[in-house]
Amino acid sequence: MATSTQLPPGPSGTSSQRAIGWVRKNLFNSWFNSVLTILAIAFVVWIVPPIFEWAFVKATLTPSIEACRAVSGACWGFVNANLRLIIFGVYPYDEQWRPLLAMVILLGIIIASLASVKYPRLQKLVLPMWGLGIPAIAILMWGGILGLTYVQNSSWGGLPLTLILSTIGVVFAFPLGLLLALGRQSHMPAIKTISVVYIEVIRGVPLITVLFMASVMFPLFLPEGVSIDKLLRAQIGIILFTAAYLAEVFRGGLQAVPRGQFEAGDSLGLSYWQSMRLIILPQALRLVIPPTVNSFISMFKDTTLVVIIGLFDLLGGVKLALRSDPAWTKYYVEGYLFAAAIFFLICYSMARYSAYLEKELRKGERR
Amino acid sequence: MKMKTILAAGAMSVAAIAANNAHAGAVIDGIKAKGFVQCGVNTGLPGFSAANSEGKWEGLDVDVCRAVAAALLGDAEKVQYTPMTAAQRFTALQSGEIDILSRNTTWTLTRDAKLGLTFGGVNYYDGQGFLVPKALGVSHATELDGATVCVEPGTTTELNLADYFRAKGMSFEPVVIENINETTAAFFAGRCDVYTTDASGLASVRQTMAPNPDDYVILPEIISKEPLGPAVAQGDDQWADLVRWSLMAMIEAEELGVTSENVDDMKKSENPSIQRLLGVSPGMGEALGVDEEWAYRIVKQVGNYGESYKANVTAKLGLERGLNALWTDGGLQYALPVR
Repeated sequence: MATSTQLPPGPSGTSSQRAIGWVRKNLFNSWFNSVLTILAIAFVVWIVPPIFEWAFVKATLTPSIEACRAVSGACWGFVNANLRLIIFGVYPYDEQWRPLLAMVILLGIIIASLASVKYPRLQKLVLPMWGLGIPAIAILMWGGILGLTYVQNSSWGGLPLTLILSTIGVVFAFPLGLLLALGRQSHMPAIKTISVVYIEVIRGVPLITVLFMASVMFPLFLPEGVSIDKLLRAQIGIILFTAAYLAEVFRGGLQAVPRGQFEAGDSLGLSYWQSMRLIILPQALRLVIPPTVNSFISMFKDTTLVVIIGLFDLLGGVKLALRSDPAWTKYYVEGYLFAAAIFFLICYSMARYSAYLEKELRKGERR
Repeated sequence: MKMKTILAAGAMSVAAIAANNAHAGAVIDGIKAKGFVQCGVNTGLPGFSAANSEGKWEGLDVDVCRAVAAALLGDAEKVQYTPMTAAQRFTALQSGEIDILSRNTTWTLTRDAKLGLTFGGVNYYDGQGFLVPKALGVSHATELDGATVCVEPGTTTELNLADYFRAKGMSFEPVVIENINETTAAFFAGRCDVYTTDASGLASVRQTMAPNPDDYVILPEIISKEPLGPAVAQGDDQWADLVRWSLMAMIEAEELGVTSENVDDMKKSENPSIQRLLGVSPGMGEALGVDEEWAYRIVKQVGNYGESYKANVTAKLGLERGLNALWTDGGLQYALPVR
């Protein structure tokens, strides 16, 4: 639609005059807002300098306990001295290049897959990359072949574990959640019932319970001598849990697609799966990008719960480091802040990407 | 009649299976086949089992596993560690996920009899105590009537505390805080008069969290018994024996003055006890189903009990031997005779 109305004339005057005008109009336009503005400024002045001073001015990076005792600010030396323990957990010290490399490969594949939205040439490479990348990561982490020493997965830990748990979680929970959402909409009573019961039961219990059942109760039901790996049990628990939440998110998307679209598919003579794949799902999934990413972010953070079953993710790595020497125990704030910073970085990246994805996929509508 | 026969046959075969399990040495065979001991440890308790900054497990409990590996496999490094939370530990042992649990576990009747565990001895005698500021002017727990006590909820610590004060006819006001960091912070900020937990924990808290450790004192009363030791699942008696005697060998070595430094010289000793322990006069290893150098390797690679205690508990927590001194020094550690 062409527009013929003119924009209102912009404010005149120098930039400083304009700034004062803006401040008056937005921050001091009534006595109540003036008080709020002054209080807010006072709060910032009161809170920010001491934190800044603690975290930067009076802090130390020297990785020794003596240096930390000598300063009144933050002891980043704790993080510095235990960085490898925090990042890699109890993975054998001399072999830690392996989880590092695995992490780089994993992040590389993820970034390439995400970028394929913008660069269609990458799209053909996405599947082969995962097909080659996952075995490569498994070989690096476990070893046992190609001259790499075998490392049990009870020794895995830190950031690689967090990334592996959440990536594998997403990769498997997504299709499972999709199937459950379709199952819940199905006209076949058996499939519908199974889906509904599954979703409601899993949503009805906290993740901590699922993990606890998987790690403490489940082995008791197995015949003697058969034990399923602890990490695998936790991973399956996370997948099952996330899938139930994703299923409900996807159902919201499916319900938002107008009925005419389903009918259009039918009238074209497409089979159920064809019309889902070509017509319904592309629309439904695009509609639910924000809640889907929301689920992913919350799953990413939930992986920290594996600490209750004796696995050390990134947060567990911080805990390990705090207990490595009682002298460090005092500096838990620094350790947790470091972990929080990494978590924030990753979660914020996910949020930004989802915003970008929405914009990118909506190009068709804006035309 | 027929029914009875079947039942009897069934009962016999069950008994046969049970007997079979008891003598097959299934755990030992499994360990030999895979080439390492799978050891359940604490997720992080300085001095007992904690990862150092290189991610290597260290501690008094860890050394028990290393000793067993040295005796059975010849190398103390052939141990894989599975960190365990308190809730998981017994299931993991029962399901065979771990071969040995060495995770500051209190030896009690119900655990021994009901949970299907066999304890291999006591490697640390702990007990609940009280930490107070010197300024409070208290020298005995019996003077604590009416005190405010910082304690973590949901632990036996809390129950023992209530029991003790009730038995003594005293009153107290609990300050219950979930997180150990916050509990101790509250105590050192003066929010309560007393902090209570296991004595080893008190010592480490005083050492690491107190603004000035000399301003605080641990009262002499210990109000509960917490004998901590390694445990294995019932069913492989030979394995249980090996664990028990590996621990005993560490204590016996200390009693005999054999250390990791002098163990090679000690092989030439004329003392028959030392000769038996180090395999100079054979028989001990054969009885346990390992070679005769088993205890030599334990002492050489891991050290005797005193060395392990000093390198871990004293070094990390600043704790003296106390109850864990040898019986000859007035403590409770008493090695059963290796003969």
